[in-house]
Amino acid sequence: MTPPELATAAPSEMEVPAFSMPVESNPAGFAATLRKYTKIFRASLVERLTYRADFLFSTLLRFLPMLTTILLWQAIYATATPDETSTPGHKRLSGFQFDEMIAYLLMVNISRMFSSMPGLAGGIARDIREGTIKKYLLQPLDLIGYLLSYRVAHKVSYIISSALPYAVLFFICRGFFRGHVPTEPTVWLAFATSLVLAFAVGFFFEASVGMVGFWFLEVTSILYIVMTLNFFISGHMFPLDLLPRPWSTILKSLPFQYMAYFPAVIFLGKVRGAALAYGLLLQLCWAGVFICLARWLYRRGLRRYSAYGG
Amino acid sequence: MPIIEAKGLTKTYRVFQKKDGLLGALKGLYRREYKTVRAVDEVSFTIEPGEMVAFLGPNGAGKTTTLKMLSGLIYPTSGSARVLDFTPWDRQDAFRRQFALVMGQKNQLWWDLPASDSFELHREIYSLPAAQFNATLNELTELLGVQKLTKQAVRELSLGERMKMELIAALLHQPRLLLLDEPTIGLDVVAQVAIQKCLKEYHARRGVTILLTSHYMRDVEALCSRVLVITHGKLLYDGELSGLTERFGDEKIVKLEFAEGTPDDLARFGEVTRTDEFTADLKVERVKIAEILGAILDRHAVADLSVQDPPLEQVIARVFQEGKDAHDAA
Repeated sequence: MTPPELATAAPSEMEVPAFSMPVESNPAGFAATLRKYTKIFRASLVERLTYRADFLFSTLLRFLPMLTTILLWQAIYATATPDETSTPGHKRLSGFQFDEMIAYLLMVNISRMFSSMPGLAGGIARDIREGTIKKYLLQPLDLIGYLLSYRVAHKVSYIISSALPYAVLFFICRGFFRGHVPTEPTVWLAFATSLVLAFAVGFFFEASVGMVGFWFLEVTSILYIVMTLNFFISGHMFPLDLLPRPWSTILKSLPFQYMAYFPAVIFLGKVRGAALAYGLLLQLCWAGVFICLARWLYRRGLRRYSAYGG
Repeated sequence: MPIIEAKGLTKTYRVFQKKDGLLGALKGLYRREYKTVRAVDEVSFTIEPGEMVAFLGPNGAGKTTTLKMLSGLIYPTSGSARVLDFTPWDRQDAFRRQFALVMGQKNQLWWDLPASDSFELHREIYSLPAAQFNATLNELTELLGVQKLTKQAVRELSLGERMKMELIAALLHQPRLLLLDEPTIGLDVVAQVAIQKCLKEYHARRGVTILLTSHYMRDVEALCSRVLVITHGKLLYDGELSGLTERFGDEKIVKLEFAEGTPDDLARFGEVTRTDEFTADLKVERVKIAEILGAILDRHAVADLSVQDPPLEQVIARVFQEGKDAHDAA
């Protein structure tokens, strides 16, 4: 199995900006920033609409693996030994019923919709290699801020335009969600918060990875390894609970779970109360850590770039 | 207060010495040999506001490296610089709003979009008020005669037109300092002259300070009265362009026209570089000019004569050669 980000990422979300907007870096006021944001949003939307046929097909193609995944898990559940929480007629694996498992795998796609950053790390590395990064040194323009503002607009338009296909998918798969859709507003709120934080963790994690380009000329293989590993350790492939004891504990204490696993289990009501608040706090902390890491690597990288290259 | 003040600017690079062949490449995997190259060596100069100065030097002399340090792209190994009263490599926004660097070999415009889109982006980056932006843009497109081309995709423009667009993009935020690295490289003579004219005109109008590097002596002669000559990272000369010929051109060209036909004994006065029925060019050492002219006038009926400096190209070639000899000897 290959991570979908590598294999079937929608072409429309694949590439780095052809037309993009900078972030405000001088005190020109909130109104100016807002105007700029609207502009980015419109430009991105226009860009998206141009490729709507392509977009529709690629979205449909992304859903095909879902079918094979459902069949695969059906086979697994038919043969596996149930865990101690199972009751007659309700076979469970590490606390997951079959329909819950499929619901999880569908929800993970929603997490990744926020946290995956196609082309971000590779784009940064390419800017460094090809010297286009000079632009950010000569002009009053901050690389990370610029990429962030572009990415936010891109995500918003992406989520809006893929809402319909996703709605269709979830409608078809509604059977798996019976009894697993949160009823309390606080859970919905926590879910939404964790998605926004998943975006932050994903963005600043990938930006940090891209900064490696300051030290290595060729980063394609590093990126491949990171993305493949991330597919597994973020819980995108299956719930982390399925792993034997020490491993699930280790992976759950790493930041990667916040990009896929964590929002999905919030939705399914598997984390509640104090554990939920604590988890969100940790997710926020990890976002902060990656913000600092990306900034620090950028500063160090520029120092190196300015000392050796230019 | 000077707009650029460089004191002892030095930049050294460690260059990986790659060995030939597969064996060499394998050796390089575990042990690398490095060589230290002094790209810029103790360069000091000051430039006052409104000056237009040329940086001259052969390839690899350190011109671009110096420009990169002055624009804050790279740090010096030692030495200091103040540009627009900032330390350039601190890269403060206030500094970056006041200057522009144009590299003739690199384009900053979006390739597939019309230049006007890139200009619009610059407006956002520098947060320029719409009225000021439009006024500047109109002025510049008119000055360069490209009003009709701004809506065309950049990739469809000729090299010369593209360079004009690059210049416009660089000038939109009305920088006080313009650094130009080979602005006319690869352009034909017509386009070169057009760029020169524009720079001259803009300089006259706005009094912007310009520091440019160029391989073309025409650019330098047309634009700059002051030159900095750099070879092998060292500053050899800083002064008037005309002074360069005096300092390094110790020969003069004497053009003679004879009433009764060109005599055949001219070789005893100096090197004959050209001759025909009535005229001849003689290369003569500067210090002997008076003496030799006297001798020729005594012997032959001279209808007309003029004394000229050798072409600047030749002088520069000589300066570079001397720099190289000094470097090799050291």
